[in-house]
Amino acid sequence: MSYLPYVVAVWLLVVGLYGVVTSRNLVHLTQCLAVAQSSSYLLLLAIGFRTGGIAPVFSGVSTGRKAVDPIVQALTLTDVVVSVTISGLLLAISVQVFKRHHSLDPAAGREMQG
Amino acid sequence: MHALVPLPVIVPLAAAVVIAGFGKFVHSRLVDLGAILVALADAVITVMLLLASLGHSLTYWYGGWQPVHGLTIGIAFVVQPFGAALAVLASLGTLATLIFSYRYFEEVGALFHMLVLVFLGAMCGFAMTGDLFNLFVFFELMSVTAFALTAYRSDEAAPLQGAVNFTVVNTVAAILILFGMGLLYGRTDALNMAAIGRQLAHVGADPLLVMAFALITCGYLVKAAVVPFHFWLADAYAAAPAPAAVLFAAVMSDLGLYAVAEIYWTIFDGPFGQHANLIRGVLLTLGMLTAMLGAVMSVLQRKLKRLLAFATISHIGLFLLGIGLLDNVGLAGAIVYLCADGLVKGGLFLGAGVLAYRLGSGDEFDLRGRGSGLPVLGTTMALGGLALATLPPFGTFVGKGLIEDAAAEAGAWWLPWTLLFAEVLTGGAVLRATGRIFLGLGAAADPELSEPQDDEDEDDEPENPPGRSATLMTFPVVLLVVGGLLVGFIPHVADRAADAAVRFVARPTLLDHTAAQSPHLSTAAYLFGAGACAGALAFAFLSLTRIRRVSAARDRGAEWLRLPVSVLHGLHSGHVGDYVTWLVVGVTSVGAACLLGMTHVVP
Repeated sequence: MSYLPYVVAVWLLVVGLYGVVTSRNLVHLTQCLAVAQSSSYLLLLAIGFRTGGIAPVFSGVSTGRKAVDPIVQALTLTDVVVSVTISGLLLAISVQVFKRHHSLDPAAGREMQG
Repeated sequence: MHALVPLPVIVPLAAAVVIAGFGKFVHSRLVDLGAILVALADAVITVMLLLASLGHSLTYWYGGWQPVHGLTIGIAFVVQPFGAALAVLASLGTLATLIFSYRYFEEVGALFHMLVLVFLGAMCGFAMTGDLFNLFVFFELMSVTAFALTAYRSDEAAPLQGAVNFTVVNTVAAILILFGMGLLYGRTDALNMAAIGRQLAHVGADPLLVMAFALITCGYLVKAAVVPFHFWLADAYAAAPAPAAVLFAAVMSDLGLYAVAEIYWTIFDGPFGQHANLIRGVLLTLGMLTAMLGAVMSVLQRKLKRLLAFATISHIGLFLLGIGLLDNVGLAGAIVYLCADGLVKGGLFLGAGVLAYRLGSGDEFDLRGRGSGLPVLGTTMALGGLALATLPPFGTFVGKGLIEDAAAEAGAWWLPWTLLFAEVLTGGAVLRATGRIFLGLGAAADPELSEPQDDEDEDDEPENPPGRSATLMTFPVVLLVVGGLLVGFIPHVADRAADAAVRFVARPTLLDHTAAQSPHLSTAAYLFGAGACAGALAFAFLSLTRIRRVSAARDRGAEWLRLPVSVLHGLHSGHVGDYVTWLVVGVTSVGAACLLGMTHVVP
């Protein structure tokens, strides 16, 4: 098992967060957040990966076979659902922001400050 | 009794589904009443669970998947008094919210009720689950509903900005939590918190565990809005409709701290036991910064809801100080304080909602003297301000007194003074606003308070929806504030909280379950409580007085403070990129402090 997936996961997180911090466009920001979130899928799947393991479906296969961890896969699925929900919500908010300010800059029409 | 355990989650979720599906087709009064009944049922069930859990904790395995030979696969709910008390708080808050918003959102039908009920189910689940991933799922469910509730008035600017900041910052926090959880799962192959705690009980602190601790703790501290993770809260709570802000301020923030406490004592107390001093130092530092910054910022606001949002941040810092002492009595104090304070703050947020609805503004200066027709509301809000300043012998005072006694035990002499500072300022700010609005005291403008903003979208509440009387709206305000005060008179509340705290701390082992010694409040605690109230009243007097010599001295003082005040205003920029930067800085600092402090000792 190499360290590569972990390195990539951390890289995705850092790149995604950099994008969120510097973004000047809400749609772009939503995508950056999705990139950062995808790092957690990779991390979870890497943790459950077993070299030479089969998919954890045991019909027609002896239960003794080595398989990758199904629990982290369930976690990843949940995580994907969460991510899609958040993206959907943020995009819906972006539409409203655009309707109001004719701009997608998160700094546009800043109401609250101080 | 065990059969009741899943109900506080299932009942509101099922009701939410029904309302989402059929709410459009029935009369909206029916939806209002149905939702109120569900919240009432949840309140009854959670109170029963709380009473049952006072004797011994209740464990419920979903689908009967109990652990076999020490291997835990199933998902468990573990009901112990601290969590159950928070579930009760959530149910009562929801009940007040729904009564308040009776006939509130005419135009959009039942969506608000659906979101509030999902939120209730998620909060109850969060407070009772014993599974690390389940905790995360309820966290997300709670967050997503809260994002949607914040953006509820999506045709206005402030709610949109608040919702974007809230969503992005909390989602980044969720990613951090997931990272930390992944590391823990990779290490222990378990997700049940007690099982993880048992496996790690006898290992030392290694870098992987320290990173997992820093990531998960900081993630939940974002939800609790501890400095420097707090920026999103003021924007979100000030922009959310008042009935939703009640739930956020009274329960959601507290749940973040609950998760921090639960994860520390269930999982990390074993491996990090010998570094308790370092963790205590980190948590107390964060708590102190939060308490003081929140208090100062709340004084600087003219918008009532934003003032209360910063008061919420400040008081979260106070609870973190109680928890961060890592001691039974401190935790007991935090439990009592958090429940009483949650109710009072909820009442104050609703009070701000009544004002916005009746008088069309949430601004202290716009409202000056215009509240004189609402004496009951004014009295209640003044009482709420005194409760924030821990008026003895009521609920908030009992909790604070316990924290102070624990601090004296631990030799943290500065802690009671920090509490005093935060309480004087937050209580004083509420009293100042109350005096100005209901009695017409004070000047009509103050340049030091945050800028008045574009007035066109100020009134975030609907304009005169039909058929609501002020009495029906004021009722839940009184209910919450008086309820918060009465927490102090629950028979043996201090003893019970102490017992709950001992069991919370000793949960993974359950062997060295020692009986809590009966705590009693010292004379010093009474002095500090009375001092805080006197200080808050003095602060309100000083801000409102028009006696020339006093007010001239006050204005000279304000001159000196102009620069630091403008720096503070500038820090809260309202820009989400800045907030995420602060979050990254905070997580990195906490992680670095823990890594440096804990791992060099390990051979």
